[in-house]
Amino acid sequence: MPDAPGLELIRGEIDRDSPGAVLATSFDRAQPALIVDPESVLDVLRWLSEQPGHRFDFLSSLHAADYLPAQPRFAIHYELINRDRVERIRVKAMLHDVPPAGGTVGGTMSEEASATGRHGGSPAVTGPAGDGGQSLPEIDSCVELFPTAEAQEREVFDFFGIVFRGHPNLTRILMPDDYVGWPQRRDFPVGGEPVTFTYSEQRFD
Amino acid sequence: MTEAVSTDHPGLSEDRSKEVMTVNVGPHHPATHGVLRLVVDLEGEVVRELRPVIGYVHTGIEKSCEDKSYWKVIPFVERMDYVSYFFQMEAYCGAVERLIDLEIPPRARYLRTLFLELNRIHSHLVWLGTTALDLGAISMLWYCFRERDKILDLFEMATGQRMHTRYFQVGGVIEDIPLGFEAKCRAFAEEMPIRVGQYQDLLDRNEVFLSRTKGTGVVPRERLLELGVTGPLLRAAGDPWDLRKAFDYLAYPELEFKIPVGTVGDNYDRYRVRVAEMVESSKIVLQCLDALPEGPFIADDRKYVLPPRSELSTSMESLIHHFKLVTEGYRVAPGEVYYAIEGPRGELGCFVLADGSAKPARVHFRDPSFVNLQAFREMAIGSYVADMIASLGMLDPILGGVDR
Repeated sequence: MPDAPGLELIRGEIDRDSPGAVLATSFDRAQPALIVDPESVLDVLRWLSEQPGHRFDFLSSLHAADYLPAQPRFAIHYELINRDRVERIRVKAMLHDVPPAGGTVGGTMSEEASATGRHGGSPAVTGPAGDGGQSLPEIDSCVELFPTAEAQEREVFDFFGIVFRGHPNLTRILMPDDYVGWPQRRDFPVGGEPVTFTYSEQRFD
Repeated sequence: MTEAVSTDHPGLSEDRSKEVMTVNVGPHHPATHGVLRLVVDLEGEVVRELRPVIGYVHTGIEKSCEDKSYWKVIPFVERMDYVSYFFQMEAYCGAVERLIDLEIPPRARYLRTLFLELNRIHSHLVWLGTTALDLGAISMLWYCFRERDKILDLFEMATGQRMHTRYFQVGGVIEDIPLGFEAKCRAFAEEMPIRVGQYQDLLDRNEVFLSRTKGTGVVPRERLLELGVTGPLLRAAGDPWDLRKAFDYLAYPELEFKIPVGTVGDNYDRYRVRVAEMVESSKIVLQCLDALPEGPFIADDRKYVLPPRSELSTSMESLIHHFKLVTEGYRVAPGEVYYAIEGPRGELGCFVLADGSAKPARVHFRDPSFVNLQAFREMAIGSYVADMIASLGMLDPILGGVDR
């Protein structure tokens, strides 16, 4: 693992090539992480995977988390490995939730978001399916760079309703195709799905 | 006369040998090793396009974990990948230990390593038996399950359960191994390489097995890396990437073992690598038994670890700790950890997000079967249907882990 100073050096190098891409660093529990601007997450990932001397070119995991009371609310985690130096680094892109809009989505939403100085998730879109007409946060897909992300981005979309721009086939992967809702969000209750037993319905209804 | 026939059935006059037929394999099909559905486009016997459809055993385990206190999550995560339950437990417990910065005693490190390697043999035995069965070698299943039963006997002796043992705890293991376990385990680990030799005698010169595995399902090493494939599949393609060697966890840095690798990356290499791994794992088991340190088997931190049962009737403080741990559980300071170990199928990672309460805010498993399954399309396209079944067996996906 890069240690805390090593992480700052990496940040400095990225800052030179794409200024403003890295918003912060964290070195919690001996795990180095770069917190990046979601708009330039692809630049950072490409830099990390292609820069000579670094070559974090193996994406071992892509997953999301919902930090609900906090804002920005969502984070996409990219766990990268440099297999030559046997080091791990995490790239975190924090995404704002898109507030539920009463009416049309698109232009008005993104203007509102940029006016309040928010970044990430600003271009509000209506997701492909199963969103119940809700606007969804967006981030660039990294499938071009890491083909392994294909299924994992679909899983994140399926459970969190985060749209990956440029993903070849962004559909639900584990939940049924006609499902409505984003079950891994923290405001989706456990047991939000009513359990119906055929037997009891027939007998006691 | 011939003209009349061709006008009556215009479709029959064209060449049908190039027609593509879509066939649905599964979700209930014995060769899919679970409830995997494959939508296959066939041109004659040749696979032209393939789409795996998953989600049939999705049970929302990750979501349910958010509603359980930390120690109650352990039996839940075991049920994801149901043939490598010790690995799931280790990934989860290790992640929580890193979150609360709790070091486990040396004896627990060795005991965990011991059971992980027994579980690796168990998992590979299930794979070998069922895959050989798919390829027509029915007797292999009985031989493999004979040895598997001995491993399950060992699990039962030490933990009380044959599967889903809930043996690993945050801080160590729940109980020390019983008297007589060591001798029984040693006898098994010494016998296992001989058994593996017998399996190889059955398969290595079996013409049917060889012609069905050699040269089939090859995906180049670079492509496997792009697809994120890890574990025996990657090693069979000649890449000695093994997290047990790469990263420092449990007792692996103190043990001596080799990483078997293949050369071509075909199904035969995948078989050879896994079989060789069983021999290496039995060596690790023996080394763990030899070097098993004396001392406590679980950390002595009363804020996280249950006090010994004997203290409950004499010590008020222990009783209070016990009550707090069992009712509310322990709280974990906010933070997040990703901890990855080498499972039988590749990198098994666990991500735990703590928000300061007694329940995890997110538990995510990076399951190797889920990621490896993406390589299946490239293994199968252009091959015969029969080779597709062989490749799927050699890929060794566990659908409980894929769907979680």
